[in-house]
Amino acid sequence: MSIDMEQFRQTYLEESFEGLEIMESGLLELTPGAADSESINTIFRAAHSIKGGGATFGFTDVTEFTHVIETLLDQMRSEQRDVTEHIVDLLLSSVDCLHEIFDDLNSDKELNRERINDLQQQLKAALDGESSEPAAAGNIVEAASAADSSEAGGWKISFLPHSGMLQRGNEPLRIFRELAELGELEIAISRDSIPTLSKSSASDCYLGWDLTLDGEVEESDILEVFEWVELDCDLTITPIQSSVAVNSPTVTPDSSTTSPAAAPKVVARKESGAKGKKQSVKQNSSIRVSIDKVDNLVDQIGELVITQSMLSEVGENFGIEMIDRMREGLVQLERNTRELQESVMQVRMLPISFSFNRFPRVVHDLSSALGKKIELVIQGEGTELDKTVLEKIGDPLTHLVRNSIDHGVELPADRVAAGKSETGIVSLNAYHQGGSIVIEVSDDGAGIDHNKIWEKALERGVVEEGEDLSEEDIYDLLFHPGFSTAEKVTDVSGRGVGMDVVRRNVRSLGGNVEISSKLGEGSVFTVRLPLTLAILDGQLLKVGSEVFIIPLVSIIESTQIDMEKVKSIAHQEELYKLRDEYLPIVRLHESLDISDAEHNMDSALLVVVEASGKRAALMVDDLLGQQQVVIKSLETNFIKMLALSGATILGDGTVSLILDVAELIQGKVGGSSKAKSSMKLNNRASSSAGAEVSA
Amino acid sequence: MTKILVVDDSISMRQMVVFTLEGAGYEVAEAADGVLALDWAKENSCDLVLTDVNMPNMDGIVLTRELRQLESYKYTPILTLTTESSTEKKMSGRDAGASGWIVKPFSPEKLLNTLNKVLG
Repeated sequence: MSIDMEQFRQTYLEESFEGLEIMESGLLELTPGAADSESINTIFRAAHSIKGGGATFGFTDVTEFTHVIETLLDQMRSEQRDVTEHIVDLLLSSVDCLHEIFDDLNSDKELNRERINDLQQQLKAALDGESSEPAAAGNIVEAASAADSSEAGGWKISFLPHSGMLQRGNEPLRIFRELAELGELEIAISRDSIPTLSKSSASDCYLGWDLTLDGEVEESDILEVFEWVELDCDLTITPIQSSVAVNSPTVTPDSSTTSPAAAPKVVARKESGAKGKKQSVKQNSSIRVSIDKVDNLVDQIGELVITQSMLSEVGENFGIEMIDRMREGLVQLERNTRELQESVMQVRMLPISFSFNRFPRVVHDLSSALGKKIELVIQGEGTELDKTVLEKIGDPLTHLVRNSIDHGVELPADRVAAGKSETGIVSLNAYHQGGSIVIEVSDDGAGIDHNKIWEKALERGVVEEGEDLSEEDIYDLLFHPGFSTAEKVTDVSGRGVGMDVVRRNVRSLGGNVEISSKLGEGSVFTVRLPLTLAILDGQLLKVGSEVFIIPLVSIIESTQIDMEKVKSIAHQEELYKLRDEYLPIVRLHESLDISDAEHNMDSALLVVVEASGKRAALMVDDLLGQQQVVIKSLETNFIKMLALSGATILGDGTVSLILDVAELIQGKVGGSSKAKSSMKLNNRASSSAGAEVSA
Repeated sequence: MTKILVVDDSISMRQMVVFTLEGAGYEVAEAADGVLALDWAKENSCDLVLTDVNMPNMDGIVLTRELRQLESYKYTPILTLTTESSTEKKMSGRDAGASGWIVKPFSPEKLLNTLNKVLG
């Protein structure tokens, strides 16, 4: 029977990624000097599984690499080796390296041999350097000696089981069967050790056997048959006639330290590894979904089926008296659909811990590199968000965390001088708020110095002398491309990736980043993201004969226009006074160039919208219903359109465009010089990414 | 039908072993660690146990020892699946009462061959 290993490889890879996470978090918990055997055990087990599976599924590189790691861990586990910072760091790098190996295997890329070999050398050096224990590979060499023993005409085997052999589930018959496969077997019973009836126990074996095995049989093959019972019997194997002098004609198994079968197995492993490498590993991303969620789906499908059968019954015997039942059925159908949709979306939701898990490591590495003491506090790691969002938010978050460590938290000495505790706190917090998820990255560091930003901005020519910027506008400068307030370029920052990239990435997910800070007390970076990218609660609005959709979350309120509150500035800008606030009016028909729309303000409506902390009033002809819409990407088929974030299909089959509120506001907010400068920045940051939505 | 209990915490290994065994016509019960396996064994009997050694909660060695305490598992063949070819590791299974071991990595063919021999 031939079995295709391919189908298990994907499971193995996923399992291994999880194993690596376990190893990483375990390693980070280890305190050098104090060996916590339980956490070492957990790390060991993860490494062990990776190694075992690697060998089975034909990833030789993984097996070889993990073997050394495992040996190190095993020594730490049995306290033959101390847990030192060096070893922990080395193991952490190895975890990284394994991660790369698996990534490469997953995407079928060539492995980075140089890095693997280099680390392997370091690991081996660590292994040889401090350990008094011999390397665990010894048995492979020894095994070879057994292979070149006699090819005599036959063997005499004296086999006297100890009384307990049966209790280990080993059956002498099995052994005879196997021996009989090797050659011609003669069995003679020896009764020498049978006790008197009164002394015998029914569950023990008192018989012995003298066996004669004829044929060209290798001694190692015989030993393999007896491998499991070596210690449970007295075994003597003697060649019947030897034509050549044999090294050790009599093998007393107790003295043999290793299984002779090991040598051929090692060879076999290498062959299977080489074969496995050529086969490609399919790259398909998958999610693990908890069984509860799936059960929920099944329940709801069940209800849907009931509704469907009820409706079809109504349809078959339709008469006007059935109208109530039909309405009832439709209401039920609507509920079923909504619940089903929510459940399906739930399937795509994963806890943010998937993303947060990397941060203990980031903080560990970075704080030690910078000589800072930092404690990481993580809250709300169970908060769920869409898988796509989760995957894309990792990098921006990492940047924010690095930023907090590098620029936020001060050096221990500075902290003490400022009257704070030596250890700084960087915290990550995630929670739901309305239809969005909020992720805060905060630190209790020095805070952001307005003046520094201002000076830097002047130096870079981003702002002009004498401009009057609000606090928010100044923070906003941080997101300007290439803007960095670090006085010297450290290893950590200065990678050419700035806050502008963070903002761009977050915006491409339909979210935004905000900063608040207090000098001397710390800063908070708040990332706000939509829960999902695929579906949006939309408000349908009418402009001329066109129907557009704006996200419900961006709407503050809508109002009929009171002409007395409309002010115009220099005959260019129109503002609307809503209570104490002046809002720029965006005439949608002008922005979108629609000729058959209402031009008269008297009969139009204003929809007050907010995005990225800025507000505007959109002038529309009419408000239609609200509905959940499935977002289809325009960019994948067309080009990126300014002010449009996607399209959807309405109930009547027509296509409706989804407006990008942030861009509409930015395109309009202007007039004062201060606003213009910030607009300049924003546009540059957003123009390349815009609101990118995938269907 | 011959029934085999497979105990391994690694899903991929278990999948492979179970797939192989079911393909060969064995009836298979699965458990993800020693504790679950022991719970199962207290209610059910089987013809052979295949267990991984390194597992969380209860490892294969302890499981073997516990199984041997059960009346219905006194003589059941128990094989450990071990990555270690070192004698010491194999012997710890043996001391706990395991019948034998299969050294990882093993091919599905080798697994079936070994089982055929043990089960006759």
